[in-house]
Amino acid sequence: MSLSAFATLLERLAFTPQRGRKEQLLIAAFASQPDPDRGLMLAALTGDLRLRQVTPGLLRGLAETRVDAQLFAASYDFVGDLAETIALIWPVSGSDSPSLSEVVAELAETPKTRLPGVIAARLDGLGPSERYAYLKLATGALRVGVSARLARSSFAAWAGLPLAEVEEIWHALAPPYAELFAWGTGGPRPEAASRVPFRPVMLSTATDLEALSALDPADYAAEWKWDGIRVQAVSDGGLKRLYSRTGEDISGAFPDVIALMDFEGALDGELLVRRGAQIGSFAELQQRLNRKTVSAALLRSHPAGLRLYDALIWQGRDLRALSYDARRAVLAELPLGPQIDLSPQLPFASWEDLAALRANPPEAVIEGVMIKRRDSAYLAGRVKGPWFKWKRDPFLIDAVLMYAQRGHGKRSGYYSDFTFGVWHGEDLVPVGKAYFGFTDAELKELDRFVRTHTIERFGPMRSVARSKVVEVAFEGLNRSSRHKSGVAMRFPRINRIRDDKPASEADHLETLQAMLPSDG
Amino acid sequence: MPQPPLLIPKPEGLYCPDGDFYIDPMRPVPRALVTHGHADHARAGHGAVLATRQTLEIMAIRYGEGFAGQRQAAEGPLRLGNVDVSFHPAGHVLGSAQIAVTAGAQRVVVSGDYARVPTPTCAPFEPVPCDIFVTEATFALPVFHHPPPEAEIARLLASVAAYPDRAHLVGAYALGKAQRVIAALRQGGWQAPIHIHGALQRLCDYHIAQGIDLGDLRPATETRGKKADFAGAIVIAPPSAFASTWAQRFPDPVICFASGWMQVRARARQRGVELPLVISDHVDWPQLTATIAEVNPAEVWITHGREDALMRWCEMQGRAARPLHLVGYEEEAE
Ligand SMILES: [Zn+2]
Ligand SMILES: [Zn+2]
Repeated sequence: MSLSAFATLLERLAFTPQRGRKEQLLIAAFASQPDPDRGLMLAALTGDLRLRQVTPGLLRGLAETRVDAQLFAASYDFVGDLAETIALIWPVSGSDSPSLSEVVAELAETPKTRLPGVIAARLDGLGPSERYAYLKLATGALRVGVSARLARSSFAAWAGLPLAEVEEIWHALAPPYAELFAWGTGGPRPEAASRVPFRPVMLSTATDLEALSALDPADYAAEWKWDGIRVQAVSDGGLKRLYSRTGEDISGAFPDVIALMDFEGALDGELLVRRGAQIGSFAELQQRLNRKTVSAALLRSHPAGLRLYDALIWQGRDLRALSYDARRAVLAELPLGPQIDLSPQLPFASWEDLAALRANPPEAVIEGVMIKRRDSAYLAGRVKGPWFKWKRDPFLIDAVLMYAQRGHGKRSGYYSDFTFGVWHGEDLVPVGKAYFGFTDAELKELDRFVRTHTIERFGPMRSVARSKVVEVAFEGLNRSSRHKSGVAMRFPRINRIRDDKPASEADHLETLQAMLPSDG
Repeated sequence: MPQPPLLIPKPEGLYCPDGDFYIDPMRPVPRALVTHGHADHARAGHGAVLATRQTLEIMAIRYGEGFAGQRQAAEGPLRLGNVDVSFHPAGHVLGSAQIAVTAGAQRVVVSGDYARVPTPTCAPFEPVPCDIFVTEATFALPVFHHPPPEAEIARLLASVAAYPDRAHLVGAYALGKAQRVIAALRQGGWQAPIHIHGALQRLCDYHIAQGIDLGDLRPATETRGKKADFAGAIVIAPPSAFASTWAQRFPDPVICFASGWMQVRARARQRGVELPLVISDHVDWPQLTATIAEVNPAEVWITHGREDALMRWCEMQGRAARPLHLVGYEEEAE
């Protein structure tokens, strides 16, 4: 596959809205491109082609050797995508079209010190769209509106294989996927990859009291929704793996959890920082994430554990076709320790009972309730009906817009990143930032407000007249010494514009302080 | 003694005290000079309007004959108060002009919107030597290199050939862009009828009446036709039409949009465009900077757009420049 063909494919994928048509484009590429290039293409789309040494910093530095740094910064701010900015701004062009395997090998094998020179020479030889494709390949983040799942399902459709089987072995395969393409063209299933498989996780859909009232509470069980990381713990003939819900192997970061997995099977649960019964906050769990290895000190200070929801495989038996109640009965037999236990079921006779429990959870790390149909099988993916999540209502405050910055990606060119504040005595103190929650029409209104009410500019940031009130929704509040206000919001977003309120009627910092958890 | 400024930015727009007039004012004023017929430059309700004959006629089409108390067509040099005024082609849309204001030895040229890519739909930009060149900065970032329009038309025609069962709906603003695209399609060899949305009819008719050959244009708003009749057709419409039920009459349409903004992918995706066409009636970065070098003014004034970047370029070139921060010119409508 030439880089030009790859560039054309990326462009067509990015601008083709229909999922079915994207799939057709991918199927045509699998059918027409040779090995190993089509495998590299697939890896690029699933995010598995990791050429980690090509960092954004390296590319930016390279661009600034050819273009004035200020002009580059202004361009990047406007375009919102580093690879696209460099592809467009690079001052020299050529008409080379190397193959994907050629450029991938070059990027993977070139020593770090020589990499900038090699990349610059490539950029000189390519046209703008090939440059874009090359830089996307080099940095890994394609963002062409194709999820890893869509790439895999297109592969499965092309190969005539069940998607679930492809997903089960995916984590054990590596680019350029020679074995996988061999399987897809009539060869044997890659056997080595079949050990300790990840199995697609069952997901819930959101609900509310109104929707629930049509259902019979007796048909459902309820559990707390714990605010950790949903995982699948698989132990297969002495091999143990911890997978994220998307099938990423995170075992390396959690040796303490792997050591707890004294069973034979595949279990579904929540990964939490826990010290026995005491459950740590999501912020504590974050300390443990995204690490290749973990220090002994961190293992002591932030011990991880599991709270189990479900069992997919038990002692070699596939339980997925059984009912939720039957699977939970199997789980109840499991010997448990202080760091691994069963997510308790909540007693309720009516949805109002459950609403009362949900309104007053015993721990701050609970973010709502999960409702599961007792007779439902364990199904792959987000199926509407058997499982619901009923999240805690968000907190709401009225705040005043203070600063705005232009957005990136889909929002580039719009002022879409807002800093808002609340009153503290006579002054407004910033309490958070939000860049979503509003509708497209509200975004246009806010953008216009920013442009016509700018009182000061600092680079890409504008300070605006303190007259626009917005209702901000957020999921929780923590103390923070890094913020002047002393509070940090979780997941803030702009819920609506309050043109009915003057700025003087926005909320005060005391209101927020009263929402802080008492344990600190 | 330094000369008092010939033009000063006011909330209403650029004002000339010695001639007592505004250029492209955003609000109704007693006397306005108008560079071209786009709505953000040409507004209704002024006491008197001086513009090219074609701009006046376009304003009458858009706003009705009573769009101003009085109107005067700019023909040859004129004297207004203590200043001399002349109009020069801007290459942007039919009738578009740069306005030169001269007093004594000082000349200011207000370029309005301008383009350097030739089109059969209007007279080409004419560089006018001046002391102060007033320019917009809509595409003033070095990422904007608009490809030649014939390359974009070739992409459109390739897509029409690849999807013979689908209609291609090309979003293009009613004044200028639509006709620029139609003329480029004709130059690119598309001789079949082009269907146009009803909102484009009067302005297309006006271009034809002015002697511009747009070929066989047919209305696309007829409801009697069957969907399949539009298979393989090219339909030009104002971009706003795509959000309405109007677009539903076409078979599996490919949404295209002709705009300089289409060079930025996020912009194209925001608009749900399937085939972005980078066709602009403004200058891109190389054309903008080359125009400033060619006109070679002592000072550059920047009305709106990416003024920070153009200021930076002027600084690097050792050119004096000043942002006017004029509010009210819409850069979306490119
Ligand atoms: Zn214009
Ligand atoms: Zn304009």
